[in-house]
Amino acid sequence: MNKKAIFFPSTVLAAVMSLVAGSAQAAYELNLKAPVTEIASQIYDLHMLIVYVCLAIFVVVFGFMFYSIYKHRKSVGHKAEQFHEHHTLEIIWTIIPALILAAMAVPATKTIFAMKDTTAADMTVKVTGHQWKWEYDYLDKDVKFISTLATSQDQIQNKAEKGENYLLEVDNPMVVPTGKKVRVLLTATDVIHAWWVPEFGVKQDAIPGFIKEVWFKAEKEGIYRGQCAELCGKDHGFMPIVVEAVSEDKYNEWIDAKKAAATAANAGADKEWTKDDLVANGKVVYEKNCAVCHQVTGAGLPPAFPAITGGKISTGPVADHLALVLNGKNMMPAWKALLNDVEIASVIAYERNALGNSVGDIVQPSAVKAAR
Amino acid sequence: MSTTTATHHDDHAHDSHGHPTGLMRWVKSTNHKDIGTMYLWFSFAMFLFAGAMAMGIRAELFQPGLQFVQPETFNQLTTLHGLIMIFGAIMPAFVGFANWQVPLMIGAPDMAFPRLNNMSFWLLIPAAILLIASIFVPGGAVAGGWTMYPPLSVQGGMSVDMSVFALHILGVSSIVGSINIITTIFNMRAPGMTLMKMPMFVWTWLITAYLLIAAMPVLAGALTMLITDRHFGTHFFNAAGGGDPVLFQHVFWFFGHPEVYIMILPAFGILSTIIPTFARKPLFGYASMVYATAAIAVLSFVVWAHHMFTTGMPVAGQLFFMYSTMLISVPTGVKVFNWLATMWKGSMTFETPMLFSIAVVFLFTIGGFSGLVCAILPVDIQLQDTYYVVAHFHYVLFSGAAMAIMGGVYYWLPKWTGHMYDEKLGKWHFWLTTIAFNVTFFPMHFTGLAGMPRRIPDYSQQFAEFNMISSLGAFALGLSQLLFLYVVIKCIRGGEKATNQVWEGAHGLEWTVASPAPFHTFETPPQVK
Amino acid sequence: MSQNTKNYYLPGPSFWPLIASISLFLLAGGFTMVLNKIAMGTPLMIAGGLALAYLLFGWFKEVIGESVGKLYNQQVDKSFRWGMGWFIFSEVMFFFGFFGALFYTRSVSLPWLADAQLLWPGFAATWPSAGPGLTEAFTPMGPWGLPAINTLLLLTSGATLTWAHWGLMKDNRKQLTIGLILTIALGVLFLYLQMHEYAEAGFTIKTGIYGATFYMLTGFHGLHVTMGAIMLSIILFRVLKGHFNAHDHFGFEAVAWYWHFVDVVWLFLFIFVYWL
Ligand code: HEA
Ligand code: HEA
Ligand code: HEC
Ligand code: CUA
Ligand SMILES: [Cu+2]
Repeated sequence: MNKKAIFFPSTVLAAVMSLVAGSAQAAYELNLKAPVTEIASQIYDLHMLIVYVCLAIFVVVFGFMFYSIYKHRKSVGHKAEQFHEHHTLEIIWTIIPALILAAMAVPATKTIFAMKDTTAADMTVKVTGHQWKWEYDYLDKDVKFISTLATSQDQIQNKAEKGENYLLEVDNPMVVPTGKKVRVLLTATDVIHAWWVPEFGVKQDAIPGFIKEVWFKAEKEGIYRGQCAELCGKDHGFMPIVVEAVSEDKYNEWIDAKKAAATAANAGADKEWTKDDLVANGKVVYEKNCAVCHQVTGAGLPPAFPAITGGKISTGPVADHLALVLNGKNMMPAWKALLNDVEIASVIAYERNALGNSVGDIVQPSAVKAAR
Repeated sequence: MSTTTATHHDDHAHDSHGHPTGLMRWVKSTNHKDIGTMYLWFSFAMFLFAGAMAMGIRAELFQPGLQFVQPETFNQLTTLHGLIMIFGAIMPAFVGFANWQVPLMIGAPDMAFPRLNNMSFWLLIPAAILLIASIFVPGGAVAGGWTMYPPLSVQGGMSVDMSVFALHILGVSSIVGSINIITTIFNMRAPGMTLMKMPMFVWTWLITAYLLIAAMPVLAGALTMLITDRHFGTHFFNAAGGGDPVLFQHVFWFFGHPEVYIMILPAFGILSTIIPTFARKPLFGYASMVYATAAIAVLSFVVWAHHMFTTGMPVAGQLFFMYSTMLISVPTGVKVFNWLATMWKGSMTFETPMLFSIAVVFLFTIGGFSGLVCAILPVDIQLQDTYYVVAHFHYVLFSGAAMAIMGGVYYWLPKWTGHMYDEKLGKWHFWLTTIAFNVTFFPMHFTGLAGMPRRIPDYSQQFAEFNMISSLGAFALGLSQLLFLYVVIKCIRGGEKATNQVWEGAHGLEWTVASPAPFHTFETPPQVK
Repeated sequence: MSQNTKNYYLPGPSFWPLIASISLFLLAGGFTMVLNKIAMGTPLMIAGGLALAYLLFGWFKEVIGESVGKLYNQQVDKSFRWGMGWFIFSEVMFFFGFFGALFYTRSVSLPWLADAQLLWPGFAATWPSAGPGLTEAFTPMGPWGLPAINTLLLLTSGATLTWAHWGLMKDNRKQLTIGLILTIALGVLFLYLQMHEYAEAGFTIKTGIYGATFYMLTGFHGLHVTMGAIMLSIILFRVLKGHFNAHDHFGFEAVAWYWHFVDVVWLFLFIFVYWL
């Protein structure tokens, strides 16, 4: 089925058909995603169990109601009886639901204990939510990166054809080995976010200043997509999570590649840069990190997000500019933990000498390093 | 249930000594019926306003991509829709019913504190102005969700302050209103009207009033902490100062969960009034209904953290809140079974109020079951903050609370206006609403299960079809409510004259007075056997 | 519109509700503007405050007039009792929220913060605490100086008020008057010492969660003592005007209930905020 120009009756018909058939075609996903961890399958089964129990109760209870509506109506001449109490009956319909609930609680309790057991993990990743991106920090591997939405603004604003993984694709996915118990430490820096990968059965709020633990063990290779699941401001709908589960070998390769890339990126930190190089580099950094708030044009979204073009700080003393970008202020994030020296120097150069500004000065990456 | 033996004196004689007319009749009113009418109109206006915001939400979600509003505006629409529906539409509507019906049902001349009663109403106006005006201040309206979680709400602009103060004022209004209702019920019953003879609607409101006075001050506390965190440098919700963002959630939901029962118990009361009337049979299990309502109320104070299953509570907390939440299904089930037993072997007719009531029993139970699914903690891990939850709470709030209100309006409209409403149009309104409602919200169960988060302006393509269905349903649902408006106005302006009894099977004091109910009723208390 | 006292008294149309609504609107709107540094805020708030004062004065005057004019019967009196009782209950719940916040941070969030060594290295959960991110030192408030004296003051004031009540019930106007004056004096002294305590305190409302809970709880309590003292003064004024008699003095009792409630809140404050 195509995205646009769907004829309404056919849509309804298709929905009804797929409901009746009880089959989940691709276009009409009706149920939880196919689980790829033990916990997620327990959740799946638990959900099915409860739905069936509820359905059964529902059919019985409302069977009675519709029977009564059909039979005990005035228009068929039924005369009202006047009973209004029946203690035994009332006790029965208090106790039976309680027993059914107790039966549901047993498997649920078991799953809760399993979910909460983060001991004996094979590896630990610290995941930090920022407005509006995720930071992944492989604590035992010294690998750290930021992951942002990869879908283009053109697609979102309907100026380009939407891709297959519209809104569910990132530039830097999290990569994990299959069959390993991964412990995830969640936190955030600004507001509450929630890290959610449906196929893993993991959803956990990331709370600023606190660390919360969850775990998963992916049993099948694949790419798993989720989204931030706690309202976190303007771009809450635009901070997806992508996790790639790969074999152990591929995982190690990926770790090595990440490490090499980080070293390469930092290599330029000590050399002297020209203004043009910094500005050119800065454009990339700016559009990836800053444009969500300050906009690609630098116009910002006042009053929440000030303009860079003609901004007091972005055209004022460079030291203030550097200090603000490093340390943040109010909703403006502190970038020192997120960007390396070259990136910070570049983005400052870009802001001061592009986007309609032409202050002329720059800071060298070495100065950034010193200012940290 | 209760019958009047005292002959009722002619009330019309009193109608016009020294009462202002025109605008002043309303502004200075100390008459429970006039105040009830104002509450109901206010609530309906807010329903249309918040409904219009929902139309904005559904228009944006009609297709993937951003079409009409930018993300920030979308969040404002969602937040205001939630806040105004809950605090502006549903709650005042029930207070309107309480104002009209409680004195009539217990044979009281008016509310215990008529002036405070009017104050409760007039406080709604500044609150509504603050909420609505916040759209126009720099930065726009509140955008952090109706739950206003910090730190997001600490970031927001001036509109957060306006909304917080609006809620403070609404809190004062609710507390004063509940004190009034409690006092009226305890102190103003006609002789012979013992507690266990009170109509069920009065019972549910008595218990609701208790929920309100216990819950609203706690909300006020949470909001006050929010204000001081925003402006006076406290660190209640800031980890660096030893505070905790989750603290707000605990305090908020300690209010918030009782709040959802505040919005459903009076609806249960309305059902318990309408169903016996049209089944022509006394309410089944009156005593157990009273106990069940009380049990729901008590339990509602110990389940709040089921809204916080993904915040990472310790196991003991998670288990406690899961079990207690599941337990609420038992007394709620008792109520459902009692309604069915009331219908059983009755002699039913299906006028509009009865149609609404049956639909509410049926659809509310769907909402209750989806609530139960959410209560199963491991499952909620997948469902929290998805459209499944949106489906759940619209099933309990729209097809529970709002549709019960509609049923109640049709039921008592003849008593209020003296005219019968247009039965045919009423039935049309019922069927359009019920069908459109299900088309709108049933698919949300599926999008939620499949992983669509709530409070997002844009979604991935896998959800496109269901969202389009939901949106089309929503537009139809919105238009159907205009029909409701039309039916009500038509009924006020004229129609077949209503008898005192109005409905063949109706019982209770309110049906012993004239239709429309005279300005003053029961100045000398009736005698109840 | 007067009625005979056999029936429940129903007041006629009244402007006060509208004035209440306007005054709260001005206060809320004005306060919003003050918080957001909009110049119009202060005049609006002043106007709102004046309207509120006018309202309270006028409305209570009307009610007192009705009461003195013998328009109320037993049933109305009972309504006032129910009303006041549940109003105090709502106040209890308000404080409950803040106490809940105190208990929660002390027993739940601080230990969790201490567990998060990755974020807050070296932080240990102790009480009082200003949290892991604020570094300046502070001296917490001990219980046995001023706070203990204040406890004594408030407890005594509860006793003097009861003594005044006994006086009223025996129609001993002198005992009543003296009891009331003593109570008000003790209340005012309490407030004075409380202000002194604030001025001397080794921390502010910004000192982390300790400062926040301390000042919010004691501050709201102080506000209630202030309101109680004002209400007692009005009662004293009415007593001097010859209102109330041994059977009919609900106005007095309502304020007394309120005063005792404020007393009890203080005991909890003393135990959980100052002492433990
Ligand atoms: C009128 C309002 C109302 C009512 C009555 C309810 C009723 C219930 N709710 Fe709902 N709820 C909301 C309004 C309401 N809720 C709102 C507004 C939210 C979202 C807030 C937000 O985040 O914005 C919410 C969210 C919400 C959540 C959090 C979801 C999440 O965010 O992750 C949960 C989780 O436990 C929950 C559970 C329940 C349960 C168990 C009931 C129970 O009371 C239901 C009981 C009824 C039945 C079960 C059906 C009848 C019973 C029988 C026929 C007997 C037989 C049954 C059995 C034996 C099973 N609700
Ligand atoms: C009491 C409750 C109540 C009621 C009655 C409704 C009614 C409706 N709600 Fe409600 N809703 C909430 C309470 C309620 N909602 C709450 C608490 C939230 C959570 C907010 C949050 O996340 O913070 C929410 C969130 C919410 C969302 C999720 C938004 C998001 O997560 O981003 C959606 C999405 O579809 C939605 C849709 C609707 C629709 C279509 C209606 C319809 O039933 C409305 C029908 C009525 C009208 C439309 C008005 C009448 C008609 C007119 C005014 C004329 C104009 C008509 C046209 C242009 C067609 N609501
Ligand atoms: C989450 C949103 C957000 C992101 C992302 C963001 N900023 Fe900001 N920025 C802000 C806010 C909010 C302010 C205003 C801070 C204040 O004064 O309260 C600001 C202010 C600024 C200013 C000062 C503007 C002026 O002249 O007044 C500069 C310069 C700046 N940011 C640079 C950057 C750079 C460089 C990046 C990316 C590396 C970036 N910002 C990313 C939100 C953001
Ligand atoms: Cu991050 Cu929502
Ligand atoms: Cu709840």
